[in-house]
Amino acid sequence: MQLQYKSQAVAKPYFIAAIALFVGQILFGLILGLQYVVGDFLFPAIPFNIARMVHTNLLIVWLLFGFMGAAYYLVPEETETELHSPLLAHLLFWVFLVAGALTIVGYLMVPYASLADMTGNNILATMGREFLEQPLPTKLGIVVVALAFLYNIGMTILKGRKTAITIILLMGLVGLAVLFLFAFYNPSNLVKDKYFWWWVVHLWVEGVWELILGAILGFVLLKITGVDREVIEKWLYVIITLTLVTGIIGTGHHYYWIGAPGYWQWWGSVFSALEPIPFFALTVFCFNMVNRRRRQHPNKAATLWALGTGVMAFLGAGVWGFLHTLAPVNYYTHGTQITAAHGHMAFYGAYVMVVLTIISYAMPMLRGREVNPERAQVLEMWSFWLMTVSMVFITLFLTAAGILQVWLQRIIPNPQAFMAVQDQLAMFYWMRWLAGLVFMAGLVVYLYSFFAKDKPQTAAVGEAQPAAT
Amino acid sequence: MSAFVTKSMARNIFYGGTLFSVLLFLALTFHTTWQLPGRIPTATPAPEVARGKHLWETRNCIGCHTLLGEGAYFAPELGNVYQRRGPDFIKAWIKAQPTKAPGRRQMPQFNFSDQQLDDIVAFLKWTSEINTEKWPPNIEG
Repeated sequence: MQLQYKSQAVAKPYFIAAIALFVGQILFGLILGLQYVVGDFLFPAIPFNIARMVHTNLLIVWLLFGFMGAAYYLVPEETETELHSPLLAHLLFWVFLVAGALTIVGYLMVPYASLADMTGNNILATMGREFLEQPLPTKLGIVVVALAFLYNIGMTILKGRKTAITIILLMGLVGLAVLFLFAFYNPSNLVKDKYFWWWVVHLWVEGVWELILGAILGFVLLKITGVDREVIEKWLYVIITLTLVTGIIGTGHHYYWIGAPGYWQWWGSVFSALEPIPFFALTVFCFNMVNRRRRQHPNKAATLWALGTGVMAFLGAGVWGFLHTLAPVNYYTHGTQITAAHGHMAFYGAYVMVVLTIISYAMPMLRGREVNPERAQVLEMWSFWLMTVSMVFITLFLTAAGILQVWLQRIIPNPQAFMAVQDQLAMFYWMRWLAGLVFMAGLVVYLYSFFAKDKPQTAAVGEAQPAAT
Repeated sequence: MSAFVTKSMARNIFYGGTLFSVLLFLALTFHTTWQLPGRIPTATPAPEVARGKHLWETRNCIGCHTLLGEGAYFAPELGNVYQRRGPDFIKAWIKAQPTKAPGRRQMPQFNFSDQQLDDIVAFLKWTSEINTEKWPPNIEG
């Protein structure tokens, strides 16, 4: 089977790199989980802060690889034209991969303060802020790659058919690049620093990234369900309207306690309390489209990932976000394991799963077949359940830890000190770590599914294969 | 929904709604920036505070600690540590790291000079005097 457009093939290395970095992210997650209970594990070789930087930065980088791969795959098909420059896409792939790898090696090999000295942080100080720890050359590299990528995608869209899916995707990607520029703004006034830091972090994940999410999911649902494009694109517009109308002012839920005026408690609470609505609409959208499908697409794994994204994004971002978003609640939960619980399920449910959805849909075709063999799909679906269920448990254990932490440290009459409280949460941290091991097992099954072939026909006969019906 | 909203209506609502939200957000941001000097200890942080913030960043303190509730959740909140522990304890603590107590969470040794320790303390003091709407709920952070 051939790709509709040859240049879609550039997506393949992006997806492979995304998966490889995903594995690295989870390995470092396991190190972190263990450090929560065995405090000096790997100290001083890999202190907690370094491992955390690797864990979160790898997540961001591999999701960006996934988004770019998704764009390279779906834009030619949507615009009905070849990519403007496949060569540029290949080149950017290597630039981004090498820059990302060097950054991670830098984190692990060089003390962070020396890394800052070596990379020009004294000329323009941007490092040492959560998620924006990258050295200046890496940040500049991200800008260059983003601009060249947008040029390539933009030119392709300009010369081809303009669908709502591509326009929404492009708006999301442009927003991503523009908002990243606030990573270069780091005033010595901590309150201002924090205020605009959220313009990158919040307006990414609760703003423009959701446009990218919607576009990717819309594309996959269009392909696997055969539902009318008009219906899908109308849904998309409704979802992203709800997203931005609630999410932009919803940024206020980060402004309660960092020195901004008290009125943000009202703006933030009211608007962010509405943020679950677009996620609920996304869930309804996914199930509605699959129920109204006009064809039975043979890629069952991709359908499962798409439905899973709808459900888990709502649970992780919507429900777990709402749990602690109202100011009177957030007063007690701010900066506890409740936040960590929400962060894990929201990132997994929304962004990890949507990238795995497009990979599940596109990768078989990039490898020259319409769908994966039955056995590979069954394994992939096993990995879906292992990873998703273990992530639910990671979230539940962290939530339990968070509730206990809030109680002991902030509510009881004689509040206890941070570390005294942490010691009492150990059981939940151990259970979280075990759930993390199951997640890793799911990831191994996922990797293996790419190499699984159907058994010879004779062996399959007589075997119970419920999933094969 | 499908019956009474067309795709172009949905698209127009999207552009209108987004534009409105962006403008409202910018207006609130403008007002916040205007109010800010009254909510922080000094409108322009003193040089030692700025140096302290730079040390805070280049040692990646946020990778373990929270500051006004933001950061990692591995080590104590430091937004109010100046009130909780006082300047001398903070300096002595930083100098004594790592504790090397088996199985306990460890903080690296940063080999700060006395000047740098003063700068860090100045930054933490400045931070502790921000009007945070009475957060955290108690001294334990």
